[in-house]
Amino acid sequence: MEKERLKVLVADDSLSDRMILQSLVSRLGHEVIPATDGQEALELFQADTPDIVLLDALMPRMDGFEVAQAIKENGSEDLIPIIFLTSLSDAESLARCLQAGGDDFLSKPYNPVILEAKINAMNRMRQMHATLQRQRDQIAEHNKHMLHEQQVAKSVFDNVAHNGCLDAPNIKHLLSPLSVFNGDVLLACMKPGGGMHVLIGDFTGHGLPAAIGAMPLAEIFYGMTRKGFALGDVLREINRKLKLILPVGFFCCAAMVDLDFDQESAEVWIGGLPELMLCRGDETVALKSNHLPLGILSADGFKADAYRFEMRHGDRLYLWSDGIIEAENPRGEMYGDARLRAQFKDGGDNPDLFDKLRDDVIQFIGSGEASDDLTLVELKMVPGADMVSVVENTSTGGVLGPRDWTFSYELRGDSLKSFDPVPVVMNLVLEVPELRSRSGDIYTILTEFYSNALEHGLLGLDSALKRSPDGFAEYYHLRGERLERLSEAFLSFTLKHTPLPDGGELTIDVLDSGQGFNVEKVNQSLEQAGSQAFSGRGILLIRRLCQRVEYSEGGRKVVAVYQWQRERGKA
Amino acid sequence: MSITTNRSSDGSELNIHIKGRFDFSSHQAFRDAYEGSGGAGVHYVIDMAETTYLDSSALGMLLLLRDFAGGDRANIDITNCSSDVRKILTISNFEQLFNIVA
Repeated sequence: MEKERLKVLVADDSLSDRMILQSLVSRLGHEVIPATDGQEALELFQADTPDIVLLDALMPRMDGFEVAQAIKENGSEDLIPIIFLTSLSDAESLARCLQAGGDDFLSKPYNPVILEAKINAMNRMRQMHATLQRQRDQIAEHNKHMLHEQQVAKSVFDNVAHNGCLDAPNIKHLLSPLSVFNGDVLLACMKPGGGMHVLIGDFTGHGLPAAIGAMPLAEIFYGMTRKGFALGDVLREINRKLKLILPVGFFCCAAMVDLDFDQESAEVWIGGLPELMLCRGDETVALKSNHLPLGILSADGFKADAYRFEMRHGDRLYLWSDGIIEAENPRGEMYGDARLRAQFKDGGDNPDLFDKLRDDVIQFIGSGEASDDLTLVELKMVPGADMVSVVENTSTGGVLGPRDWTFSYELRGDSLKSFDPVPVVMNLVLEVPELRSRSGDIYTILTEFYSNALEHGLLGLDSALKRSPDGFAEYYHLRGERLERLSEAFLSFTLKHTPLPDGGELTIDVLDSGQGFNVEKVNQSLEQAGSQAFSGRGILLIRRLCQRVEYSEGGRKVVAVYQWQRERGKA
Repeated sequence: MSITTNRSSDGSELNIHIKGRFDFSSHQAFRDAYEGSGGAGVHYVIDMAETTYLDSSALGMLLLLRDFAGGDRANIDITNCSSDVRKILTISNFEQLFNIVA
């Protein structure tokens, strides 16, 4: 190893001792800065910043102990080793040298071999310290850089993942990130017809891998929900995408909810998340996970069948990720299933249950650490009218679509069993720019006609069944059964749009191959029952939205005419 | 956490015994336990008699083993689960992918 030339400050008031030391140190190849007393030593130290200091313990003006203390307290981060020169040999004096901040001592008279060894040892220590500092600074720099990158990435992530309607009046939520990125995602989005989709997801791991998986998940969720795709379709697509992009062993535990504010019903799909709680009237029902998490099964094996149940206005659903259950207090105990359940046992009908639950978990954790992300959400069934203030961002593209067209779309045979035509039809209709802000109306008309034609026309189901909770389940059971047996049937949509001087007119014509119904009788009973009827509310709503609704061909065909006008002051 | 393996003399069965917490820290040890065994065609038995806890990365590791063992053709038993472990496997619906023996 090449010898390093060091700057060595030598402070000794005795001229002869100083001369001897100076020549010894010079002979070792180092540069010497001589000082004749403590005061001068300190001044030279500040002026010349030596690499190593040799200090006589006893000197006039300022003794070695004071100089050492002043050097160590001057706040420099660099290590400049101090070796005390002393003729003292009692243990107490030698200890005092080290206490004052000295790193070693050298006894007089000087032994050149020992002097060299000590200077070399001190230099090694100095170098080690410098290396450590350099590495520490590098790490700090890298860390700063990484945090900055993460913050930029997070704002991109937030724009994608959080552009929904989590602040809607029927949602209360707690979402606390463990790192800059969250392993948990919570997404909410209004459907074009006025209902709402909510998705809560917990990715394996946290940070970057989770956030990368969450991006396509959020894109698909918002994109498909806004186009009117059903819960099952959205989940199937998310699963397909995650399966494709996530490595084996990474997946997303999730639950997705579809709230229909007008029908007062909900659908829930749960894959790998803890059971969720439904507080309905004064009963509390636990809904268990009945699917694998998203991103594990291939498209063939994936099942999207959901729980479907009535939810009256005021009823609430509670969902959480396992972070709540695994949250630990300072003693390392987990919050656990039992505490969570106890909150529901005698509080299911408490309207402030969410706040109580959240406060209880936060208080339990205290100064302890949450080992996972904490996500807790309450969804309330409210009248659709309460949700009109929740406006989704419906930005329009730059290209204006056509306004004068007709198209026909017919589904036959097996295609009727699994395919929902409404989103496809919606997409074409929404090419008319002015209809985008009216997509809710059109979606409502299309879904109502579609489900009437399918469920009543083709499957011959009776809405009266849905009057009781048992009947509700039976209805959907029969629906599945009859759908399976369906053959030789068809259902067609014919839509026509014509521009009018100050707006346009959309004609929606839906025809099915079913048995039809007694048009007169239905019209009559609708008028008698009014809006109090359990079923048929859909058709009353459509009558309000449309200029004209007419049944013909013995109830197999329905035509609705929907007119829209340009808002004043707008082109 | 410790993982021990036991291979039948003809190599057709591999028994992996997991003791303590099964989480991300077991990642390498668990991989070492099955890598080098035959993969598809081998009968794997994961013995969880002494496994106290599973986290989601452990579930991920089980999926990796399943992939290694032939995916949908994999022949994997998970045996002797405690009720806690069983619950975690049930919430995730892993009985659809593994043969979970009480």
